Amino acid sequence: MAMTDPGPDGRFGEFGGRFVPETLMPAVQELEKAFRGAWADPEFRAELDHMLTHYAGRPSPLTDCRRISEELGLRLLLKREDLNHTGSHKINNVLGQALLARRMGKTRLLAETGAGQHGVATATAAAYFGMDCVVYMGEVDIERQALNVFRMKLLGAEVRTAMSGSRTLKDAINEAMRDWVATVEESHYCLGSVMGPHPYPWMVREFHRVLGDEARRQCSELLDGGVPDVVTACVGGGSNAAGIFAGFADSTAELVGVEPAGGAAVGRGVPGVVHGSNSYLMQDEYGQVKEAESISAGLDYPGIGPEHAYLAAEGRARYESVTDAEVIEAFQLLSRTEGIIPALEPAHALAWVSRERAALAGKTVLLNLSGRGDKDATQMMEVLS
Amino acid sequence: MTGTLESTLRARRDGGAKLLVPYVTGGLGDDWAECIEAAAAAGADAIEVGIPFSDPVMDGPTIQEASETALRQGATPTTILDRVRTLDVGVPLVVMTYYNIAAHAGLERFAATLADAGVAAVILPDMPLEESGPWRTAAAASGVETVLLAAPTAPDERLPRIAEAAEGFVYGVGLLGVTGERDQLAASATTIATRLKAITDMPVLVGVGVSNPEQAAEVSQVADGVIVGSAVVRRMLEGQGPEGVGTFVGELRAALDA
Ligand SMILES: Cc1ncc(COP(=O)(O)O)c(C=O)c1O
Repeated sequence: MAMTDPGPDGRFGEFGGRFVPETLMPAVQELEKAFRGAWADPEFRAELDHMLTHYAGRPSPLTDCRRISEELGLRLLLKREDLNHTGSHKINNVLGQALLARRMGKTRLLAETGAGQHGVATATAAAYFGMDCVVYMGEVDIERQALNVFRMKLLGAEVRTAMSGSRTLKDAINEAMRDWVATVEESHYCLGSVMGPHPYPWMVREFHRVLGDEARRQCSELLDGGVPDVVTACVGGGSNAAGIFAGFADSTAELVGVEPAGGAAVGRGVPGVVHGSNSYLMQDEYGQVKEAESISAGLDYPGIGPEHAYLAAEGRARYESVTDAEVIEAFQLLSRTEGIIPALEPAHALAWVSRERAALAGKTVLLNLSGRGDKDATQMMEVLS
Repeated sequence: MTGTLESTLRARRDGGAKLLVPYVTGGLGDDWAECIEAAAAAGADAIEVGIPFSDPVMDGPTIQEASETALRQGATPTTILDRVRTLDVGVPLVVMTYYNIAAHAGLERFAATLADAGVAAVILPDMPLEESGPWRTAAAASGVETVLLAAPTAPDERLPRIAEAAEGFVYGVGLLGVTGERDQLAASATTIATRLKAITDMPVLVGVGVSNPEQAAEVSQVADGVIVGSAVVRRMLEGQGPEGVGTFVGELRAALDA
């Protein structure tokens, strides 16, 4: 099974779609058309590749871990997206979208952010291209990710506080969409994960495919043409997971997405429509969206991208969840054994590997290390004191 | 077959009246149903009843606050529709909510529940034309009309397709943006009304950013009428109750009749 084009209606099986206000419909249609054109245009691809290489620092390395592998009794390979410019995988998508926005004649980038990584990446791209940038962030996240708020401002972006609802990622998306409804003529909404209305889930996955393709080649070299037994990644909306899964969906590797226990859309959700698409969603008995709760601002989201819902429903990938306590353990484990301080988000995937070490004994596990932990240092200093 | 909402609005319009549709957030405070009654008594031609949703992306601060408050006070689709069922206001009621409220209940079941509560029509602001097929089929099976929105961003070829599929009336979105009161009527309000009137015989009402009697009268020089939401709901949030709502709707009525 490969991860392919969801077609003009943006459907992954029953999931996906374009549930947006009528005001935005022409914009998402125009965006789909522009993306199709750009993605088939060798010049666009070459320009993006050039930026990914000379600005973002691709390809990112694959690290064959020695000490943690010994400790866990398996072979752990890390795809090092933490080493990208701005510190996470988010830059891949943002450079793609910013380049596309410029091609479409847009002058303003809009984004939502949870942990601040997507906001920082968007602010970075806006600075690079000389575009205006507004980032919406929930009030709760502004407090726990103060460093990233400062970085965004330094990069010239305006950070606006989302005060409604749970005051986290979900509400930042609501505010960004409201802004977009009002400014759609000049703004491009640079959505940060594989969610939202078509073409976003597909387009964002394609912009992250580069990391999956690289990892496939790197694994092949390391494993004499083979693939890992398991490929795992954390899942908020699911963009870093989509990127790495895209490189292995047609292989024998088992695909495992890891969600926080307090935001387990697949485990605790049922199909529902919010933020433009139909997917698994945590909601109450009347369809009101529930608030997610996680130590990690980047995974604090009650839904999941529609293609993940499809991969789960088809049985091609499975989705597990881990607790905050397990994440805190894993965060320290990788720091101590490998000299790599992970972001709290990919620490979720590691927490799952660590918990399931008996079942994974002797296997080769590729983990997408989607970001580095600098942004989480202050928060963890308090948690661990 | 023409439904109750459309036939009522057409008859009023063809009789020379401008149409007035106020919006009330269901479940807000304990006198929201009385606010509906007051609006009807003051001359509304139909009334929109909001069923609050946790993530109202098409709504500005006033209706967001009203939705959050109503939800906190325990409003659910069931409590709201149970109360709506007991109302006898003499004008059609139109439920405004978001797609997931219908999808979660099941489209057919939700449509049947609305019909059972005496609701004539529905507006789902996050359901564009392309995604409206399954809902319209379900609604039609229960005799519920589906109002569709037409936005200033729509290219010319899109408007006739929306008008063709819409039932009850066509909802012209008055500005680029979400619901909320504005000091001035946006130029786009008159523009969308003009564009819609040129391509359809359906009643054309303009809403979003129509905030007071002067603005209502101004846009109704072209449009068949207006929807007024945030300005009504703000009065409810301020505690003006049915009396304040009735007075305001009366002022809107007078401006449209002048
Ligand atoms: C390092 C890192 N990984 C993962 C995520 C979650 O996003 P996604 O699920 O789209 O990969 C974030 C979001 O902020 C992040 O900063």
